[in-house]
Amino acid sequence: MTTAALNEIQSHPSGSVRAGLQDPPLVRAALVALALGFAALFLLLPLAAVFAEAFSGGLSVYWNAIRDPIAAKAIELTLIVAAVSVPANAIFGVAAAWAIARFEFRGKSLLVTLIDLPFAVSPVISGLIFVLLFGAQGVFGLWLVAHGVKIIFAVPGIVLATTFITFPFMARELIPLMQEQGSEEEEAAISLGASGWQMFRRVTLPNIRLGLLYGVVLLNARAMGEFGAVSVVSGHIRGLTNTVPLHVEILYNEYQSAAAFAVASLLALLALVTLVAKRALEWRIRQETRA
Amino acid sequence: MASNRNSVLPGFGLTLGFSILYLSLLVLIPLSVLFFRSASLPLEDFAAAVLSPRALAAYELSFGASLAAAALNAVFGLLLAWVLTRYRFPGRDVVDAFVDLPFALPTAVAGITLTTLLAKNGWLGQILEPLGIQAAYTPLGVTLALTFIGLPFVVRTVQPVLEDLESEAEEAAASLGAGRLQTFLRVLFPALWPALVTGSALAFARALGEYGSVVFISGNMPLRTEIVPLLIVTKLEQYDYAGATAIATVMLVASFALLLAINALQAVGRKRLAGAGAAP
Amino acid sequence: MSIEVRGIWKHFGDFTALRDVSLHVEPGELLALLGPSGSGKTTLLRLIAGLERPDAGAISFDGEDATERSVRDRRVGFVFQHYALFRHMTVFENVAFGLRVQPRAQRPAEERIRARVHELLDLVQLEGLARRMPTQLSGGQRQRVALARALAVQPRVLLLDEPFGALDARVRRELRRWLRKLHDELGITSLFVTHDQEEALELADRVVVVNEGRIEQVGAPDEVYRRPATPFVFGFLGEANWLATTVDGRKARVGFRPDDLEISLGPLDGHAFAARVRRVQSLGARAKLELVSAVGALVQADVPAERVRMLALSPGAEVFAAPREMRVFFDDASA
Repeated sequence: MTTAALNEIQSHPSGSVRAGLQDPPLVRAALVALALGFAALFLLLPLAAVFAEAFSGGLSVYWNAIRDPIAAKAIELTLIVAAVSVPANAIFGVAAAWAIARFEFRGKSLLVTLIDLPFAVSPVISGLIFVLLFGAQGVFGLWLVAHGVKIIFAVPGIVLATTFITFPFMARELIPLMQEQGSEEEEAAISLGASGWQMFRRVTLPNIRLGLLYGVVLLNARAMGEFGAVSVVSGHIRGLTNTVPLHVEILYNEYQSAAAFAVASLLALLALVTLVAKRALEWRIRQETRA
Repeated sequence: MASNRNSVLPGFGLTLGFSILYLSLLVLIPLSVLFFRSASLPLEDFAAAVLSPRALAAYELSFGASLAAAALNAVFGLLLAWVLTRYRFPGRDVVDAFVDLPFALPTAVAGITLTTLLAKNGWLGQILEPLGIQAAYTPLGVTLALTFIGLPFVVRTVQPVLEDLESEAEEAAASLGAGRLQTFLRVLFPALWPALVTGSALAFARALGEYGSVVFISGNMPLRTEIVPLLIVTKLEQYDYAGATAIATVMLVASFALLLAINALQAVGRKRLAGAGAAP
Repeated sequence: MSIEVRGIWKHFGDFTALRDVSLHVEPGELLALLGPSGSGKTTLLRLIAGLERPDAGAISFDGEDATERSVRDRRVGFVFQHYALFRHMTVFENVAFGLRVQPRAQRPAEERIRARVHELLDLVQLEGLARRMPTQLSGGQRQRVALARALAVQPRVLLLDEPFGALDARVRRELRRWLRKLHDELGITSLFVTHDQEEALELADRVVVVNEGRIEQVGAPDEVYRRPATPFVFGFLGEANWLATTVDGRKARVGFRPDDLEISLGPLDGHAFAARVRRVQSLGARAKLELVSAVGALVQADVPAERVRMLALSPGAEVFAAPREMRVFFDDASA
């Protein structure tokens, strides 16, 4: 479909807007006002408050909070955690989506349900289970102590808990996408003599790249922002096992409100970037599936 | 459309094997450890932890506040979805994008921000205090925080259903003499309520387990404003692993039951849509 | 290259798609697999391609057993029903794909690939569209890209799955003629699946009529049309009238085509029967008549409009009808 045709479609009101025009203008205005009021109260206000509080101590306080070496360590740790958990879950997501979207096998729906499990688990419990596994009193506790390996109250534990929390995101994104695209192009590639890897690299990956990108955006946002699970496994050791959200908590609890919000504003900015990226990718994906 | 054949495409064994391995190592084994630890507790200890007055108060607060938040989100989420789908107004796209903010914003940031807003000298607290309403460090504050968290769930579940509704049905109702409210109640709402219930259930499930956004505003006073996730954390900090495990097990079982119920709801919703779509 | 299919069975769960199917394909011929939806014709095509595995039976190419060979090793060119063009590659890259994925040892140099792709695009009359994306092409153009892509790797056999199914009638007819010309030029053994009997009869050297997983008849278009082996073949390849009768004490059904009926006002030689005209529909140069026979059977006739005028036929008229050609199928002979 040409972009001209697409533009034509977009300029004509959709069915739901046509239906909406049936409501009397006064009702419409009232509902819009009510909805916007709710949105402003619950969405806009908190966002504005983050930045207002962040700068409430003046620019110098803000700057110092962000350039503080402990904060820098927290940022570094957050980046490391993301750098490990995002690719790991992305690879899993692609593998699981391939098996689920392209083949029929017994137990498929069970597998799909199991993949969704981490969504149903509270963040605190997500951290607890790793404490029970690798903590001092955990299943592997004695073995770990004997070998001098620290998982809980150390970086590996944080990575594990975060990876658990973000586990389903990529698979949930790719499975419906690949099911919708169908397997014919890949069959065609095989029939033309491509090997498995050639088919994957040249046909599958390009077709799912937008879904992949979208999944990475979601994975990253959640991995960097996770609080509850990380709080349980981290031990809160300043400069060592504090991610940015934990650092924010510490500053807040020490009544360094402006500093806390200053660091929090970085996370808020990340959230805004995530929203924009999410929007842009959704739009591109919609465009591609329409064509 | 899609034809999925087993014989020709490569990589089945590799991808399925890897997926199951990764799933087991990262998800299934850690989760099962929780159940095994719980099972190894003597029954009286388990019961004592799970049924202590403090735990019961926590269940009540978590459950009650999550339910209230889900109800609030059902009403306002439907309103938002309605307005975003059916009306055109300046800034509509921006608001639509912002609905996802609670998804994207780290829970700790949400937590401290809501607390600051609702504290006595916060922007909202200043308005509420003269009215005698205290939000911070009360169940009300907890409910408001949980409403923030659950907002996208209802909106994003109802929006696609609203968008797919055929306007012809409403036009037919109007041509038969129905007023707008009647049309809404008799034609639209019946089509919407499965999605509404599913979205509310998702918001409820999320709120139950929520920690970061609530732990700051609740004040965490035992028996009064302590939510279940916090109770678990407190027990952990006191090295009461048994107690933490027991309560966590109760929570997990409730969450799984909820997950199954939501899946069933979604299946019902899909069937209804399929039936509606098949009508000429 | 010749193809031999022997005793093929294929099941999908409880459903049997092919029952004991055997077929011989001559080198260089254009063969049609014709049948209704669900008859198993596409399954047979995919089995020959290696996109499915048979549950029983064997397939060989030029006498060599190929049943266990993967689709990659069979060197077949497969054109999918919905083209399956790689949506993220240009037309050029689509056609070049089969050449580019060859193992290094066999892969031709890039200039040779480029030359071959352009040669093929010329062949399918799409020169100049090399840089376009599939979404920018019409259905007929996509079809030809799919064909060029399949031909690029010099397959030994060309397999087309309902190649013109998704196109509108005019484009379909043009492409039909074009495909025949192409086949005559290239001489590759080709099989195509269709449910359109007109297409099969017009295009193919031989037609394989498939129904419910079995081959009902194999033969040249004229043969399957004029000397159908079973009632199904008769009814599927054209419009059919049926009359029940007894021949030498055996129950039989007689089939004849509406355009094979001679209509007259007076008695006729041959197997004539009396009938009353129930309805007359004029369609330009021809006319369709609905006749009711003496025993109440409904018979369709397709006659020149001229004839209707000459006999002044109208509803209620009493006529005699005699089929010029007909086929007798004995009920007890159906196996």
